[in-house]
Amino acid sequence: MNEDKYVLGLETSCDETAASVVKNGTEIISNVVASQIESHKRFGGVVPEIASRHHVEQITIVIEEALQQANLAPSELSAVAVTEGPGLVGALLVGVNAAKAFAFAHSLPLVGVHHIAGHIYANRLEQEMEFPLLALVISGGHTELIVMKEHGDFTVIGETRDDAAGEAYDKVARTLNLPYPGGPHIDRLAHESTTAVDFPRVWLEEGSYDFSFSGLKSSVLNYMHNMKQRGETPVPQAVAAGFQNSVVEVVTEKTLRAAREFGVKQVIAAGGVAANKGLRKSLTEVFEKEGLPFYIPPLPLCTDNAAMIAAAGTVMYEKGLTGNMAMNGHPGMPLSSWI
Amino acid sequence: MILGIDTSNSPLSVALVNNNTVLIEETHNLKINHSLTAMPAVEEIMKKAKVVPGDLTRIVAAEGPGSYTGVRIGLTIAKTLAWSLKIPLVTVSSLKVLTANALGFNGLICPVMDARRGTVFTALYDGDTLEVVVPDQHSDFKNFLEQVRTYERPVLFTGIDLEIHRPLIEEMLGGMARFASMQNRLPRASNLIALAADEQEQDVHHAVPEYRRITEAEANLVKTDTGTSR
Ligand SMILES: [Zn+2]
Repeated sequence: MNEDKYVLGLETSCDETAASVVKNGTEIISNVVASQIESHKRFGGVVPEIASRHHVEQITIVIEEALQQANLAPSELSAVAVTEGPGLVGALLVGVNAAKAFAFAHSLPLVGVHHIAGHIYANRLEQEMEFPLLALVISGGHTELIVMKEHGDFTVIGETRDDAAGEAYDKVARTLNLPYPGGPHIDRLAHESTTAVDFPRVWLEEGSYDFSFSGLKSSVLNYMHNMKQRGETPVPQAVAAGFQNSVVEVVTEKTLRAAREFGVKQVIAAGGVAANKGLRKSLTEVFEKEGLPFYIPPLPLCTDNAAMIAAAGTVMYEKGLTGNMAMNGHPGMPLSSWI
Repeated sequence: MILGIDTSNSPLSVALVNNNTVLIEETHNLKINHSLTAMPAVEEIMKKAKVVPGDLTRIVAAEGPGSYTGVRIGLTIAKTLAWSLKIPLVTVSSLKVLTANALGFNGLICPVMDARRGTVFTALYDGDTLEVVVPDQHSDFKNFLEQVRTYERPVLFTGIDLEIHRPLIEEMLGGMARFASMQNRLPRASNLIALAADEQEQDVHHAVPEYRRITEAEANLVKTDTGTSR
């Protein structure tokens, strides 16, 4: 008989200090996130050094809470999983060193998880994965299309050539004088609007699954600038709607094309921008029409969390992919397969 | 069984002390990423000393100032070990750890860590008692040395970055200045553990580094708020 596996996950790659216990890679037992958004707001974005300082202040508190809520002693855990990269180096180091110390104190196996693999495996906490699958990871740091033929097999078929989608959202939000983080505000304004400014769609070369958002961002900035020069006042709702329409159309269309070309059985979305209502709606409608199962995890599992790290870490642990005390944080870690 | 960890600057030092006896100490100044080497060093000395995590009764860590990342790595490891093993955590100033190399000096001890652009992390301690004379701080070194001069007492300087600042020190203090010999410029975790005997236990969750310096982003914010930027 297989024994239940409880894995503690830690995530500190950006501005959330998070710890979680996941059972058998599929069931959340506890999921604690200490968000730093409030401290970074006054700077209009994440300040890496401040993020790292907050992680040190929070790390043992969130681990304790995760274990308490799970009502588990460290000895009942099977492994400790931690985000090894990519991310802010100083921030990653706090999680990695805490994970190493915890694993050492309790003689537990240590697993280093790729942040994007984590985002993808967040879906496994909702329903089992079916292969081949297509994952759209879209967040402040990433915009990627990944095909998986089986567990731990990742082929990146498309990625952003410049800004991540979330980055473009934040920059456009700033020009509209919206508070940080700007994504949700643009999404809200776009929904309030009945008109939309026409901004270009950036498709890149025929057949490419890559993305580019910096051109779109520049068009928005130019539009704002030209309006100002002419003494006109831009309508923020129409600008937000125009920008969002362009992002949503390109992302939806490329995801659909990829799903068809690779003949996948399941399409999943993950990452903070996947929580965007406009994108969610468009993807849901398109895949319903296509007759393909499409899933987006609920908001707390879309944004950075440690349950997703524990979920991915469980599969890695089962495959024997454990690390040692020399594990380091890797800010530019590539997504490589586990098989 | 006490474990001491200092990674607050480029040197790394870890030690095990039991019943007031140093069992093992490893110190190096190889400027290797502490994230790569700190836990392996802890693992290694414990293995050599045949000590298991459950044998530890107390963790002592250098709290800063120093390299932000370095201080964080040491303190994160120390906090997590102390919390995981449910044992006390004690932290000691990283500058004070350096002064312990010169304990007994008849005068003042000035530990120095370079912080670039003519600034240092520094302090003044009494050579006999290691009591604080001027507290740990981030300062323009020239201004600080002017303050040091007013004490009109011999001052012993220590720290691995000493050579960078030696000409300035000699210029400012002349014969009042003494320099620690090279083997007495490194932080040693056994000293750290000895000094911790006089310090209070920390609330593990709330133990934070003593950076002694706000972040650049915060400094810029203060500048804009008070309008001193132009
Ligand atoms: Zn993320």
